[in-house]
Amino acid sequence: MSDTASDVARPSPLREFWFYFRENRGAVIGLWIFGVFAFLALFGPWIAPHDATAQFRDATLQPPFWQEGGNWTFPLGTDPLGRDMLSRLIVGARFSFFVGVVVVSIAASGGILMGLVAGFAPKWVDTIIMRIMDVILAFPSLLLALVLVAILGPSLTNAMIAIAIVLQPHYVRLTRASVLSELQKDYVTSAKVVGAGLPRLMFVTVLPNCLAPIIVQAALSFSTAILDAAALGFLGMGAQPPTPEWGTMLAEAREFILRAWWVVTLPGLAILVTVLAINLMGDGLRDALDPKLKRS
Amino acid sequence: MLNYVLIRLLTFVPTFVGVTLISFGFIRLLPGDPIIVMAGERGLTDERYAELEAQFGFDRPIFVQFWEYLTGVLQGDLGNSFVTKRPVWDEFFALFPATLELSICAMFFAVVLGLPAGVIAAVNRGKFYDRALMSTALIGYSMPIFWWALLLIIVFSGNLQWTPVSGRIDLIYYFPDPTGFMLIDSLRSGQSGAFTSAVRHLVLPTIVLGTIPLAVIARQTRSAMLEVLGEDYIRTARAKGLTSGRINGVHALRNALIPVITVIGLSVGTLLAGAILTETIFSWPGIGKWMVDSIFRRDYPVVQGGLLLIAVAVMIVNLTVDMLYGVINPKIRKR
Repeated sequence: MSDTASDVARPSPLREFWFYFRENRGAVIGLWIFGVFAFLALFGPWIAPHDATAQFRDATLQPPFWQEGGNWTFPLGTDPLGRDMLSRLIVGARFSFFVGVVVVSIAASGGILMGLVAGFAPKWVDTIIMRIMDVILAFPSLLLALVLVAILGPSLTNAMIAIAIVLQPHYVRLTRASVLSELQKDYVTSAKVVGAGLPRLMFVTVLPNCLAPIIVQAALSFSTAILDAAALGFLGMGAQPPTPEWGTMLAEAREFILRAWWVVTLPGLAILVTVLAINLMGDGLRDALDPKLKRS
Repeated sequence: MLNYVLIRLLTFVPTFVGVTLISFGFIRLLPGDPIIVMAGERGLTDERYAELEAQFGFDRPIFVQFWEYLTGVLQGDLGNSFVTKRPVWDEFFALFPATLELSICAMFFAVVLGLPAGVIAAVNRGKFYDRALMSTALIGYSMPIFWWALLLIIVFSGNLQWTPVSGRIDLIYYFPDPTGFMLIDSLRSGQSGAFTSAVRHLVLPTIVLGTIPLAVIARQTRSAMLEVLGEDYIRTARAKGLTSGRINGVHALRNALIPVITVIGLSVGTLLAGAILTETIFSWPGIGKWMVDSIFRRDYPVVQGGLLLIAVAVMIVNLTVDMLYGVINPKIRKR
């Protein structure tokens, strides 16, 4: 009796999530592309046909294989220093992935913590935290990141720290808003009545119920982080040459823009495809996690 | 309404002080001795050092320094550029019209294309046009705009030779610029070809800068329209026998515009951030390029002052949007 009851009971949250996520074809495609991207990020150096920084001086600016003058030794051509484009693009995946993971981890953990504190703490603490976030949000994000990097010194690590600081307020606001609406609900009151302590209320009772919008935000800021890091690299304030970071590669290739289209087109295409895949996934996540939009 | 405006104005003050604090702290957080950094000189003698210390006010307590900085800012004193020796305030307002002109054109481009795109997508929900438009919008939203700029340069300036690569106008034209807006000044100058030249210079930067706002506006318009189209009063309008053009254009779009206007207002920050990249690539003599150049030239008073002025500009725009929002949406004001 009880067995049959549990058979028809609600499916596990993960399975329910997958059921809704799968309905969005774009999101599934995005997930596949992201999978390839993550795979390249992890195993890139072993897959790449050449060393990403090795210079083949007798094969500079060689076009891709389908154009005249190209060959299969360098399938996507070479850059002005004779480095293999394909290898650089594959190894470059690692930097963008790393940027996304680190930035989202720092921004989300800090932001969630501050958002929880702002939601639970007395009014004056809340006001102080939110005013500080307003101040950060008053600056255009890329500008603030640029200035922070100018203070810290140009490097990929500092670019990541700067982008994390700039993205943090979004998590704070989102978490605080969810916490405030959850605090009104009966299950929180009953947990209080039963005598749950503050840490338990914050992290065990309330936080799991606030996670859905935060997960969506994490996906979206993963792509923002990649774009901003590439933009900083492009401006010369992110990863430094010869690092095969996609934005830095674009900056190095700028002067050859009219002579060798592939050195400019391919790194940008890599950024676009990655960011697009993550945004597609983010849209799918939102549809699957947000009960209000679920059946629309 | 008055209460709403007053409360909103009051929250402006602490944010402004905070923004000032950040730009004040900027020079003091730089690695190295701020006086040597500010002076931009090496091997200072002790007397010169003390003189500079007194000149910049570093010998006084930090609170006094901040107070003086704040009062200076409120009187429009942001210090002088190391490179040009001109006041930062003057430089900012000399270059600001260029950025403003580009931003207005980009926003116009984004709204004119984004609103209809969103409406068409919502009305044809799930059909071909919806999918095509929304896929394009998502690509636009994911676009690294610095790369997009380079692609457009390759195609339109390189291969087709339709547009120039950089600047605001061809160098053969010279005329006074009372407004700072090249489109207006070139028309007023009466020189033949000047206006066309200004437009040709403006096209690519406008497209590049407008792409992300365009995508955001299209997506937001679609979702706002979808929400509104499900309301009862739309059904009533249909039942009354109104044409679909009137229902979509008047009844639905007007109510869908409320969230869209917020998004348009919030895009101003995005525009200024985008202007940094766009202006750098197209050598557009505006605020964005000025800031990047100053960071590379280590012209710290400019970076400090520019940072503050840009933040204040964004805050004023956000404040205006909030006020407008209160005017459009009576629900907000009552709270």
